[in-house]
Amino acid sequence: MNTVHLELVRIGKTFLDEKLGMETCAIAQIDLKIEKGQFVSFVGPSGCGKSTLLRIISGLENSFEGEVFLDGKRILKPHNEVGLVFQQYALFPWRTMCENIEMGLEIMGMGKTERRAVAKEYIRLFGMEGFEHLYPCQLSGGMQQRVAIARTLIMNPKVVMMDEPFGSLDSQTRNDMQEFLMDLRQKRNDTVLFVTHNVDEAVFLSDQIVVLSKRPARILRIFEINCSRPRDRTSKEANDIRREVIGILRRERMDTSPVGS
Amino acid sequence: MERYIPLLVLLCLWQALCSFGIVASYVLPSPIEIAIGFWDLLTVGMPPGHLLYYHILYSLYRVSLGFSVACVLGVPLGLLMGWSPRFHNLFSPIIEIVRPVPPLAWIPIAIVWLGIGIKSSAFIIFLGAFFPILLNTASGVLAINPILIDAARTLNATQRDIFFKVLVPGSLPSIFVGMRVGMGVAWMTLVAAEFSGVKEGYGLGFMIMTARDIQRPDEILAGMLVIGVIGFAVDWLFRTWESRIRLWG
Repeated sequence: MNTVHLELVRIGKTFLDEKLGMETCAIAQIDLKIEKGQFVSFVGPSGCGKSTLLRIISGLENSFEGEVFLDGKRILKPHNEVGLVFQQYALFPWRTMCENIEMGLEIMGMGKTERRAVAKEYIRLFGMEGFEHLYPCQLSGGMQQRVAIARTLIMNPKVVMMDEPFGSLDSQTRNDMQEFLMDLRQKRNDTVLFVTHNVDEAVFLSDQIVVLSKRPARILRIFEINCSRPRDRTSKEANDIRREVIGILRRERMDTSPVGS
Repeated sequence: MERYIPLLVLLCLWQALCSFGIVASYVLPSPIEIAIGFWDLLTVGMPPGHLLYYHILYSLYRVSLGFSVACVLGVPLGLLMGWSPRFHNLFSPIIEIVRPVPPLAWIPIAIVWLGIGIKSSAFIIFLGAFFPILLNTASGVLAINPILIDAARTLNATQRDIFFKVLVPGSLPSIFVGMRVGMGVAWMTLVAAEFSGVKEGYGLGFMIMTARDIQRPDEILAGMLVIGVIGFAVDWLFRTWESRIRLWG
């Protein structure tokens, strides 16, 4: 138990703008160890490099400093052991819900009847029966996001990453999705890395909240949340943590010292 | 129904101008004369014995030959150009030089190379259809949201998977646009292509050129109308085909 599952060692990222010949440092240095089955949220000012961090962990970025290890093995390219749910859902518009969810299995080479059976199971688990044959443009935002999550989870990745998955949903749908995600965790106990702007959301969902600084990103503080689940959004503990996180973020925003380059 | 009123008024006005002798019928035949000319094309033929039906079939044959070759070459090449920046870089200078040359300017050299006949006319039609298909396909690939490619990569997609499961279906709407534009240009070049490359004695372009030679403006205009209507029908067929295949938004 409690062994390190995902390890980030001195992660840094600098973008080079070729037109301007300018370098922008997005991530200064991040060291982090994450245990199996943890739900870890990343919060920080907008544009601080949270999404870039997830892209690095997923293996999508080619050039960055430092190393990412999953169960001791270095991640060098995208792999279905690390799943990523994108901010804008990134569903394939030409595939139906069912075909979107099956995409990973299809790439694996699983036969049609077999993968359809697995997809059906996930569609039921996600409460989306009856919509299987609709295209993404025919689905609501909340439903599209569930399809995106199902498409990632069906591969049973060791780490599930979500990049502001509920950012564009209205607050009611957002709450529903948060609760849905918690129910899902009861059943599956995935390791989740979750990027959000929303401190309430982070407090409601996470075992750990990692607060990042503005660009170039580094870790300002890590909160451990041990409240039992299901959580009360208005409990005293939740409020205390929320207040503290918001305080750190506000100070970070007020601090006008020049951004390092 | 309201939308057809101006057309009807125009036709009546036209007929009146001709009937009262204000416009000479060797310059502009009246709608009724054109209708009779159309009937002559169906029953007598132009030149006599060469019926409209066969002209249409020969023209469709030439257009489909040139157009099919344009699709077979244009779509894969366009996919490759959109997919690989290197490929794009290597081929775009050639394309940018050849593309602005009007297809009709190729007629003389086409006759030298391929002789008068189906090959040279299909070649001209091919040139007209090829570039819209190629460029629309390539820009369709380039317009695919890169995040979809990333999404496929996180699902372990190989380059081959990305090509066939993301780039091809993702550019399908643009491929259809390219094919429809290409088909339109193919019809436009048809008349000129048949001007150069007909030895069978059939073809809509050949038909209206012959009608001009023997001073039958009614049959020229009837022939033009036929070309227009067939062009419209073919476009309609493409749109229907697209809506069958492309079920998403």
